[in-house]
Amino acid sequence: MLRLTNDVYQRMVGHCYDGLPLEACGLLGGDPAAGEDTAQASLCYPTGNDAASARVYTVNPRDHLRADRDAEAHGLQIIGVFHSHTHTEAYPSPTDVAQAPDPTWHYVLVSLKDGAAVVRSYRIVDGNITEEPVVLTGQ
Amino acid sequence: MPVEVRLPTVLRQHAGGQATVRANGSTLGEVFEDLVRQFPGLGGQVVTEEGTLHRFVNVYVNDDDVRYLDKLETKVADDDVISILPAVAGG
Repeated sequence: MLRLTNDVYQRMVGHCYDGLPLEACGLLGGDPAAGEDTAQASLCYPTGNDAASARVYTVNPRDHLRADRDAEAHGLQIIGVFHSHTHTEAYPSPTDVAQAPDPTWHYVLVSLKDGAAVVRSYRIVDGNITEEPVVLTGQ
Repeated sequence: MPVEVRLPTVLRQHAGGQATVRANGSTLGEVFEDLVRQFPGLGGQVVTEEGTLHRFVNVYVNDDDVRYLDKLETKVADDDVISILPAVAGG
């Protein structure tokens, strides 16, 4: 399960809309020690998409460094990445799976293919995709 | 010269679980050689067998991405902080 605060959800989805017609991406910060049932993204870091593409994304490395340091300053850590799919479902593409950098991360997909955002989250471990529930919280 | 090297989560298992380690060298390449001497499990994780930076990581000296400096030839000084982060990309 991945909990998203309302603020994180709105910033994340807003950044994805702002990025249209290209894919948008960003990083999520939270407590890495949280268990499977308590994982929560409480910080959202919209980042540049260096690929500047409607089909692929590359998180801007300097934005990543900045996010990593900020999360650490909050006593937290980067726990996941989000990106938009502009024309496909909110499901990891073969490229997403092949390039998933960290098996402990949450991989959040925001599909905008039908206009309204569809947000889903996955774990990707050794090439295996497992969906996890996304829960919105007030805090 | 000792510098601080900050490791991403996925590499910490090769360094006894440490998030930050210290290593010596006057260039980034020397620092990574020293790192692999200390932690052989890091071999091949950051620098390829061909001696170039792995494309799945980004490396920074302080705030600068070393791909825009001198890559592994980048000079480092006492108290520089080297950060290694995974390259994050997908489709």
